[in-house]
Amino acid sequence: MKQFQYIRPITQQSVLAAIAQPGTKIIAGGSNLVDLMKHGVMTPDKLVDINKLPLRNVSTVKNGVHIGSLALNSQVAEDKQVVAKFPLLSQALNAGASAQLRNMATVGGNMMQRTRCPYFYDVALPCNKRNPGSGCGALEGFNRMHAIFGMSEQCIAVHPSDMAVAMAALDATVIIAGKKGERRLPFVDFHRLPGNTPQLDNNLAKDELIVAVEIPENNYAAHSHYLKIRDRASYAFALVSVAAALDIDNGTIRSARLAMGGVAHKPWRLTAAEKALVGKPANAASFEQAAQVAMQGAKAFKDNAFKLKLAPAAIIEALTHAAGLA
Amino acid sequence: MDEQYNEGLPDGQGQSAGNPRRDFLKKSTLLTAVALTPGVAVKAAENHVDEHVAAVFEKLPVDIEINGVKHNVLVEPRVTLLDLLREQLNLTGTKKGCDYGQCGACTVHVDGHRVNSCLTLAVMVDGKKVTTIEGLAKGDELHPMQEAFIKHDGFQCGYCTPGQIMSAVACVREGHAGSEMEIREYMSGNICRCGAYPNIVNAIMEVKAGGQQV
Repeated sequence: MKQFQYIRPITQQSVLAAIAQPGTKIIAGGSNLVDLMKHGVMTPDKLVDINKLPLRNVSTVKNGVHIGSLALNSQVAEDKQVVAKFPLLSQALNAGASAQLRNMATVGGNMMQRTRCPYFYDVALPCNKRNPGSGCGALEGFNRMHAIFGMSEQCIAVHPSDMAVAMAALDATVIIAGKKGERRLPFVDFHRLPGNTPQLDNNLAKDELIVAVEIPENNYAAHSHYLKIRDRASYAFALVSVAAALDIDNGTIRSARLAMGGVAHKPWRLTAAEKALVGKPANAASFEQAAQVAMQGAKAFKDNAFKLKLAPAAIIEALTHAAGLA
Repeated sequence: MDEQYNEGLPDGQGQSAGNPRRDFLKKSTLLTAVALTPGVAVKAAENHVDEHVAAVFEKLPVDIEINGVKHNVLVEPRVTLLDLLREQLNLTGTKKGCDYGQCGACTVHVDGHRVNSCLTLAVMVDGKKVTTIEGLAKGDELHPMQEAFIKHDGFQCGYCTPGQIMSAVACVREGHAGSEMEIREYMSGNICRCGAYPNIVNAIMEVKAGGQQV
């Protein structure tokens, strides 16, 4: 690993001052960053350890839950309030990584984790995300794990998080601190599509810090399901995942939330499919129609055409489970 | 690793005096190190401002309690907890498998929680309590999970076993050993290429059913 300096500030102000300097990088759990530093993919000059900041609590706020950015994945997954009110989030968190990694990984770090595209991870191969202008190795290469929505000629990588898919579905808001104070960003606008700047995974500025994620109260707790399809039964990244949440009144869908993972550069919220479900009976025909709507505009590459069949099937399956019809 | 730090020091603090090969190693290590350090340090080195280079190589003090024994060690920021345990403290029970957080062989407990020590920077464990496989037995009396692994043949080559056992103890303590399915899910971060999984699950089920303090 390349050598680096290490500091552990104790105030948010000193963290913000430190990360504004070039060559610095925040470390929280380190479960992805240390991995990337060992591979030489990320080579910061200085790590700013933020674990002394008081951002670890999960608390009730007006109309929802406030999750500090340093809350651990395992802690949030088992938090009583989260389990009771947002079981979709708890399920998604438990579907990610391993028990050990969930004990290390934080909420903010989970959002900031990089793609697991093999061309990004191997410094000998071209990758516009790691080395802008070097080309996309995956475009004509081995692209089984890659995107079917929202990709560009520059990058077809996917965001690997499960947690983020549930947060996108649950209308979460990201609270971000910067030199000029705090700003709030809808979770769905936090991550970005690759376009011509695939080196940017999200809309967090270099000198900003994620302090929390808030999720508003909803009526989905009784009817939600996180479905993750992967190459082995556990401890693998999603080929396709679906976060499905329904508000059902007397068999009729009052409102729906749907998002997919493993299909795009960001958690892929399916708003058109959600609208298509509203007012419909909670049954197989409605779910099949929603899946059809969801897949409009999907495009496959050489090795990932299977996702064009797997994704709609996963949507139907997740909705069926969410509705309690499985 | 210790040797490499010493040889990386610019002021002759390494232990290589009088040995030409080691002198060469020392110089080349320093050159490599300088090439890998931030621009400011390289510039300092060019100007022969040794203090600044030394500042980059600075080891940080870490207070850490391992298996009930307090240690005060000096480590470079890039040293992982796994390498600190194995290379500096000679606690080689914790194994290095993949070194990338994919296999679980390096699993230890930090403040009671299981983590991958290969992805944990030692400087970040400052002030914390670590338990490794060496810390489970009470003298000659094996931990119930160690007994169960032996009884159920929960290993073949044994390389993943320390990590499996540390993870298994945590799995029971966390309350995630309620069924075979649950154990398999919550032990999925520990890979066994010999395929001892059924026996590992049986060992954990027995410890859980026994209701002993783990």
